[in-house]
Amino acid sequence: MMYVFNRNGVCLLYREWNRPLRTLDAQQDHKLMFGLLFSLKSLTAKMDPTSAVEKGNLGMPQLPGQGCSFHSFRTNTYKLSFMESPSGIKIILVTHPRTGDLRESLKYIYNLYVEYVVKNPLYTPGSPIRCELFNTTLDQYVRGIA
Amino acid sequence: MAAIYSLYIINKSGGLIYYKDYGSAGRMDTNDSLRVASLWHSMHAISQQLSPVSGCLGIELLQADTFDLHCFQSLTGTKFFVVCEPGAQHMENLLKFVYELYTDYVLKNPFYEMEMPIRCELFDINLTQAVQKDRVAFLGR
Repeated sequence: MMYVFNRNGVCLLYREWNRPLRTLDAQQDHKLMFGLLFSLKSLTAKMDPTSAVEKGNLGMPQLPGQGCSFHSFRTNTYKLSFMESPSGIKIILVTHPRTGDLRESLKYIYNLYVEYVVKNPLYTPGSPIRCELFNTTLDQYVRGIA
Repeated sequence: MAAIYSLYIINKSGGLIYYKDYGSAGRMDTNDSLRVASLWHSMHAISQQLSPVSGCLGIELLQADTFDLHCFQSLTGTKFFVVCEPGAQHMENLLKFVYELYTDYVLKNPFYEMEMPIRCELFDINLTQAVQKDRVAFLGR
């Protein structure tokens, strides 16, 4: 599956290609996912062992790119890869646990987003993405790397 | 060899029962370590909920830019997690070994109360030995 969120937590895109189990309805699922990522980012910034800088308390809103951020986590059933752009657009890919490092793929998907969505004159930032071209190219790319 | 920055043990309710820092620049005071532990406990639970496939046991490995976090959950719900350098090898074996030490020196200690912070000298000593050994060669387990 794949999620795209903007900096306010609005889910701009959700696509699934193979999802056998669904525990919550779509809205709850998006909110939970965004909440998890927000907290994990805050946690990694605080736990960063290489930074001696005085960090703010847990839960202080972080600017995109400020402080150490995680790029993926793995459980026994899935692997989640995460990328945040400087503008706060978060791209998440949920894959099979033995997938390799997907950071380059996420950067490529972000470029697709810029090409097909941001440059689309009919698209208003902050609203869910409804561009056919983006969806088709994305599907092709993901099936290619799967 | 891979450097370990810190080690945490949390009980099944999410409370921190053991925290040891092995030389990170981001050393945390007691309150912060407690908060981080509870936060991790909740994140672990939420990640199980979000699984697209049934049978998820929670986060095993978190990779960030400057560190990796390996987590091991025992059958009783006690979680052991270690913050280490990115790309550190054999952390799962280390965590299982720490679990063995925990059962030997903490659980078998008649003065230890369940779910309370760990204050067992023997556990500390053996743990330091295990982590130091890791800096040399911890293989073959």
